[in-house]
Amino acid sequence: MSIRTAIVRRAIDVAALLAEVQDTANGATIAFVGQVRDLNDGRAVTGIEYSAYGEMAERELAAIASECAARFGITQLVIEHRLGRLDLGDTSIAIVLAHPHRASAYDASRFAIEEVKRRLPVWKREGYVDGTSEWVNAGGNVQARPVQEQQR
Amino acid sequence: MTVTALLFASYAEALGSDRVELTLSGSPTVRDVVERLRAMPGGASLPASPLVAVNLTYAGADQRVESGDEVAIIPPVAGG
Repeated sequence: MSIRTAIVRRAIDVAALLAEVQDTANGATIAFVGQVRDLNDGRAVTGIEYSAYGEMAERELAAIASECAARFGITQLVIEHRLGRLDLGDTSIAIVLAHPHRASAYDASRFAIEEVKRRLPVWKREGYVDGTSEWVNAGGNVQARPVQEQQR
Repeated sequence: MTVTALLFASYAEALGSDRVELTLSGSPTVRDVVERLRAMPGGASLPASPLVAVNLTYAGADQRVESGDEVAIIPPVAGG
């Protein structure tokens, strides 16, 4: 069993993460790699500055990983989320996991990224080619539920 | 009693600070902390019921806060 999560301020090495989850018990390995893209809501993007409530983000990311492992029977899982200034094409998050069978691997991967989107206290300020920048989703819905409603 | 309110991202910009010490009386709740922040200059841009975490755990508006608590006002998250 190898479950690891980290909030990092350096480049994410996806190949290293793929190597980390290798286990001959598993027939399926999935890597979800989130990257900075060049267009958002019709605006040309130059990069994204990621920030976080660091201590809580580390706790929530670890909780997401352990929930994912328990729910889908995953024994090999690593999630890294990067903070700081990222350029186009840079990897902001990698979720790499392995399972004996593909169906559970796909489901677990999807579960993990959706939970990150819903509740990880991370924010991004997007920079545009016209020199302006804006907080992404600043007027968006509050997505995470209060703790008493969560299945912990 | 005193609690520390933490502000992030757009909320920190609105209030011009990422950390505010608040002195409260009685048996205050998360809602009282939010109302105090919303009454501050720039605080009107905070929603009436934002996402809040007390001591690193998501909390409802009716949760009591204790002296020394760290009450984080969490803008809509945008990770990934």
